[in-house]
Amino acid sequence: MIIQICVGSSCHLKGSENMIELLKQAIATHDLENEITLAGSFCAGRCNRVGVTVTVDDEVYTGVTPEGFSEFFQKAVMSRIGK
Amino acid sequence: MKNKRVFDTKVQYLKYKVLREVAREAWDDTLLEDLLDIPKKIVSGKTPTMRCCVYKERAIIAERVKIAMGGDKENPNVIEVIDIACDECPAAGYEVTDSCRGCLAHRCEDVCPRGAISFDHNHVAHIDKSKCVECGRCSKVCPYSAITNRVRPCQNACKIKAISINEDGGAAIDNEKCISCGACVYQCPFGAITDKSFILDVIDMIKKNSRDKKSKLYAVVAPSISSQFTYAKLGQVVSGLKTLGFHAVVEAALGADMVAYSESKELVEKGFLTSSCCPAFVSYVKSAFPELTEHISHNPSPMAAIAKYIKDIEPSAKVVFIGPCTAKKAEAQLKEVKAYVDSVLTFEELQALFDSRDLDITQLEEEALDNASYFGRIFARSGGLSDAVAEAIKEQGIEDFDLKPCSCDGIEECRTALMKKKRGVLNENFIEGMACNGGCIGGAGCLTHGEKNKAQVDAYGREALEKTITDAISVLKM
Repeated sequence: MIIQICVGSSCHLKGSENMIELLKQAIATHDLENEITLAGSFCAGRCNRVGVTVTVDDEVYTGVTPEGFSEFFQKAVMSRIGK
Repeated sequence: MKNKRVFDTKVQYLKYKVLREVAREAWDDTLLEDLLDIPKKIVSGKTPTMRCCVYKERAIIAERVKIAMGGDKENPNVIEVIDIACDECPAAGYEVTDSCRGCLAHRCEDVCPRGAISFDHNHVAHIDKSKCVECGRCSKVCPYSAITNRVRPCQNACKIKAISINEDGGAAIDNEKCISCGACVYQCPFGAITDKSFILDVIDMIKKNSRDKKSKLYAVVAPSISSQFTYAKLGQVVSGLKTLGFHAVVEAALGADMVAYSESKELVEKGFLTSSCCPAFVSYVKSAFPELTEHISHNPSPMAAIAKYIKDIEPSAKVVFIGPCTAKKAEAQLKEVKAYVDSVLTFEELQALFDSRDLDITQLEEEALDNASYFGRIFARSGGLSDAVAEAIKEQGIEDFDLKPCSCDGIEECRTALMKKKRGVLNENFIEGMACNGGCIGGAGCLTHGEKNKAQVDAYGREALEKTITDAISVLKM
């Protein structure tokens, strides 16, 4: 699975860096290092008013915030992997 | 029209009008049909305003159209002379003018190291050209400023002496020496030397992607953009680029952050380095000081670094660098850069592109531009690169290395530093080479070259969200 975090200007200002940290932590907690590749992207073309755009394989999730992170991770990542 | 004031000189404005016209026709797919009408469109009427007659004016415009379309394919240099536009300026060197009053002091005679000055029966000074070595001392000491130096503006601008006068009296560029910095382009008062434009390639890429959506277009903008387009806000320039058809706008300054980080490591490892950011400087070291080539940093330029990063993530992407620099056009053609940078535009050309679409960027909403740190952004001005390398050394906790930078502002200072290094008398261990005076903000492709530009770059640097280089590049390390 490839997870791309948008590091374009708009998302960058809304906390891409923090999102990368959260993803790294979550991946470590669930022992998914071998299954997930993290990558950056410059603008998925879906700039949102809040949060960061994260693309999981081909699915684009906009407005991901630290508050909504665990819900996002469960829905977008864990359930896809089948865990 | 307000665009007249966007540029420093009328030469730039004329060049812009040609680019805008060529671009308009290209958008409409009518360029080939209307090609021959462009000169008459730009020089209408019967009264000449620039040359002896409208026919010559139109003939020169036709040459400019060719250059706007990529120029002479046989000539590998991105800088070209328009022979018929060259006014063959007088270039007599030091001459005594009518202001010589035939004084008693004869300071000019006393100061001349070659005994080249004599006096006629009216006591007026004369310079014997066969003895004169053009040192200029006579001119400096004359109390009446009666001795002038008649040098062609192009030759005067070209501090590395790549311009000579050909047998027809026109300017000729020695491609072996030329570093494509564009100093002559900006200085020639007749606009007879100019940089080839690749604006049509960019229009093609935009059109192609709008049809097949196969390769997204990324605009990589140089940090000196903060001192340009001052009639609008930077966020509106970003919006304008997206309206033109670019998918995203990325700061070249992030590439600069990446370069500062790895260049500082390389410097500590090797003990001495010259920078590799400025393509004109790199080309100068290679052509004029080949024995120092081994000391050029192996890091790519910020443009190449960020473009490579974009293409690593998205191999189908197309990258257009937009900056103040004519030498970047040459750099983008190098085999090691070609794969990453698809085309290069100057700020002048971007202005023409906006206006070819009648896009008034002052009416657009602002969009964000924030990828880099303060340090990546100040690369745009002389001294910024050295500051960034010092910061990167500090951030990496390297304590046993004493950075002694030599920031060279303009190609003449670069030459002095390289000369010292060659002779083994340079005290510094890092040469920051910037070919243009003031750094990139002095680039030939800038719309304006003002006093405030440096302050604007610094202010833009301070606005960066990331305060350190490590923070800025952390998002790239996944």
